[in-house]
Amino acid sequence: MMRTLTKFLQITLLALFLAANPIFADKPEETVASQNATDEAHHENKKFNAGELILEHVSDSHEWHVMTLGGGTEHERHISLPLPCIVKHPTQGWMVFLSSNFVNHETHQEQEYEGLKMDEKQHIVVAASGDKVLDLSITKNVFALLISLIIMCAIFLSVAKTYTRRVGQAPTGLQSFVEPLIVFLRDEVAKPSIGPKYERYLPFLLTIFFFIFINNLMGLIPILPGGANVTGNIAITMVLALMVFFITTFSGNKAYWIHIINTPGVPWWLKFPVPLMPIIELVGVVSKPLVLCLRLFANITAGHIIALAFFSLIFIFGEANAGVGYGVSVVSVAFTIFMNFLELLVAFLQAYVFTLLASLYFGSAVEEHAHHEDHH
Amino acid sequence: MTTLMMLLQEAGNMAIAKAGAGIGAGLAAIGAGMGIGRIGGSALESIARQPEVSGDIRSNMIVAAALVEGAAFFAIVVCLLVLFV
Repeated sequence: MMRTLTKFLQITLLALFLAANPIFADKPEETVASQNATDEAHHENKKFNAGELILEHVSDSHEWHVMTLGGGTEHERHISLPLPCIVKHPTQGWMVFLSSNFVNHETHQEQEYEGLKMDEKQHIVVAASGDKVLDLSITKNVFALLISLIIMCAIFLSVAKTYTRRVGQAPTGLQSFVEPLIVFLRDEVAKPSIGPKYERYLPFLLTIFFFIFINNLMGLIPILPGGANVTGNIAITMVLALMVFFITTFSGNKAYWIHIINTPGVPWWLKFPVPLMPIIELVGVVSKPLVLCLRLFANITAGHIIALAFFSLIFIFGEANAGVGYGVSVVSVAFTIFMNFLELLVAFLQAYVFTLLASLYFGSAVEEHAHHEDHH
Repeated sequence: MTTLMMLLQEAGNMAIAKAGAGIGAGLAAIGAGMGIGRIGGSALESIARQPEVSGDIRSNMIVAAALVEGAAFFAIVVCLLVLFV
């Protein structure tokens, strides 16, 4: 049996070596490519590029692309919502215009607008020199933030009004959806983690939880007004993490800073002459919010990428053969439904974990000094 | 001739970098699977020993799983950076 095993291994290795041999590497297909170019000029038949589709869906842009009708033929029409660009030109001052100005609508080519153009990374730059401009545009993510802001205000202001009108009665309607979440966060997350002073931090924790939860859910809806990858934008999660960092730092009491600089119960040679323990603790102070930021960003973005990749499978296989495309679509839709359920769980879970960890950090910042057994 | 060799080496480096990113992502998935598998296993054992605290155990298990998954996602983010940046 060992002889057949080694023989199998030898054959496998030989096959791998032959397959990976650079002799078989692709030569650039010049003639085929030029033929494709002329075909493209006639039919605008763009090959389906899954990576491009996925990146387009998870990143920000200056217009909100809703759908493409007649894709792959000459009658391709993009339906998209152009968003306003607010730009401070270095010489011409503030300029406000719609992003649709950057596309010529007859020829569907990119064009310049008043000395500005959009480069290949979708940034607005000065056309002549390529310099950056101060760009405060309402992009897709900003617009989605505003939409979820309106949703949050609508939900919570109406629920608050219902509470003042119906004092002491059983919750009804939207109240019965919101109250269990709020009570859960207060009793299971804030109070055990922070202790007696939890009420100061509870508004922030509730806001963070519902902000992340509602934005995660909106990101799962495939069409306007959902589908913008808000919490998967690392700038947004970084701002949330920075807020947690500032609140933790500014509400840290003396015991908190003593724990960082002069951790009790640690041998003296870790603190002097080379202050290893304080350095480790300071790295921890910075890394804990950074980890919050990255965890949320990576979870949400990875979930969107996986769901989009499952859908792209249909089109990738469909390019080869329409029948295979239809067959794969059954499996792909099933997997995408499963992924969407998982994403629903992840939406709630990531909001909960962010809030829980934020409350734990606040709790450690305001904790009263209670370690009497470490005192000598 | 040396320019061609350098160009070919550059092209090879890009491919090796992408292969490395793919392998890294796979290793991250293995790490996450092992970690969360252990968490789930010990959670199930504890629930079997003491079924009345299964709610507590479930919440703690989910929190620990989210934290372990966070570590795996750092590796994923680095691999995505290699692939797309």
